[in-house]
Amino acid sequence: MITETLLTWIARFISGASVRWVDSHPDTCQRVYFANHTSHLDVVLVWSALPTEVRRLTRPIAAKDYWEGGAIRRHLAKVFNAMLIDRTKIKVHQSPIDLMLREIGDTHSLILFPEGGRTEGGGIGEFKSGLYYLSKKRPELELIPVHINNMNRILPRGEFLPVPLLSSLTFGPPMWLEAGEPKTEFLARAREAVVSLKDR
Amino acid sequence: MIKNWALLGVALILLSIATFVGRWLKRQTSLGLDERSVNSFNSRVHAWWFSSVVLGIAFFQPNLTVLFFGLLSFWALREFITLTPTSMGDHRALFWVFFFFTPMQFVLVAFDYYAFYSILIPVYAFLFIAARVAISGDYQHFLERVAKIQFGLLVCVYCLSFAPALLFLKCKNMDGDDANARLLFFFVTMVLFAELLQFICGRLFGKHVIAESIDTSRTWEGVLGGVVSTALVGLSLYWATPFPHWWQAGAMSAIIAAMASAGALTLAAIKRDRGEVTTGTLIEGHGGVLSRIDAICFAAPVFYHVTQYFFGVVAS
Repeated sequence: MITETLLTWIARFISGASVRWVDSHPDTCQRVYFANHTSHLDVVLVWSALPTEVRRLTRPIAAKDYWEGGAIRRHLAKVFNAMLIDRTKIKVHQSPIDLMLREIGDTHSLILFPEGGRTEGGGIGEFKSGLYYLSKKRPELELIPVHINNMNRILPRGEFLPVPLLSSLTFGPPMWLEAGEPKTEFLARAREAVVSLKDR
Repeated sequence: MIKNWALLGVALILLSIATFVGRWLKRQTSLGLDERSVNSFNSRVHAWWFSSVVLGIAFFQPNLTVLFFGLLSFWALREFITLTPTSMGDHRALFWVFFFFTPMQFVLVAFDYYAFYSILIPVYAFLFIAARVAISGDYQHFLERVAKIQFGLLVCVYCLSFAPALLFLKCKNMDGDDANARLLFFFVTMVLFAELLQFICGRLFGKHVIAESIDTSRTWEGVLGGVVSTALVGLSLYWATPFPHWWQAGAMSAIIAAMASAGALTLAAIKRDRGEVTTGTLIEGHGGVLSRIDAICFAAPVFYHVTQYFFGVVAS
């Protein structure tokens, strides 16, 4: 509880984030927030930008190899209720998608970063297919695009000390997987939804 | 004591006038005013209301005022560097700028180590930044990148820190404990007035725009009229200042007004170069903290120096 409040304030101070909801509103319904990924702070940032009651129901997806490295990270991952996914051992019969769906049941929401890792610089990389398979199994989940601006300068890849510049976080309108929509088209559309939020 | 209340009263009246002028201008759609400059004027007035209240604290707690200016500096620098593109190689240098040099400057001001805070940034920080960026090994646009960080630090931190430093300046004719707080209050009120009067004079007599591509509403007539009328307001307030003669208070106010215009124009040029700030999503409000304090940043160090040079007690 205390760590949660503290963490939220620290994340807000360091990132100086202004949070905007464009054509959408915070809601406790089941959602998948997907964002571009440029820094280690992104997970905490998106999570702490959500209103408290929504945040309680939202679980960020994070990489097991990073968040299990060291006691502090492990504790933090527990505080924001992260779901740790092993990036190295993704196999067909123990697909992380099934794990995610099992864990969220019909109450929790997810935060995920479909690029699969942090992208160097300010650009947005190609999306991995996880988002597609997730929507295919649960097509009724609202997909909310989130654009994170300027975090790549606040805590770039390879740095461990942040520089407190200002960033902005934009939540966009919900989208869904259309019936019969091909994988590549859907992923391109999802990526475009994030990119377009930059100038909104 | 009576001087404190008199000065506070005058500031209150002047601020009220400024507020009403702003309200009135907003309703005058027929004058064909640039809506942006009216809004920017109004938000400046709001900011000055806020800071007048905070400056009132200076009469009781000088260190709280230093802290307030320190936070203002930190936030302005944040905005400045956010607007300025930096590269990966600048990251470590920026870290030290934010977490060491900025707080250090204000700590030194609070402890009145003039000999140190007057050179901390122009000597130590500037050389450190250049060296740290060189260590990072990224040489592309080296001078450009170093200069950007140095300029941000100079304007947002070094220059602004001379405003609270007025609280510790020793002058020959200072009477009572509150003379320093009155000096700071006088300075800030004059900056506000310079802005207001320059705006009004520009509207009334403005013909020759200084730099059309940067700011279409800033004219030579406006600046000149602002300087003259600020000097008049300043000399009528000379009883609150440590300046022994009325014309000296007037001359100091004229310097403040000229520097305030220069500061506002300079920051406008930077913002123009970086694209319209007001349309961006990173900085909230109408241009953020930086546009509120641009005038004070340029006026503070010059006012401090001139006051110290002509009226200061020379340390033996």
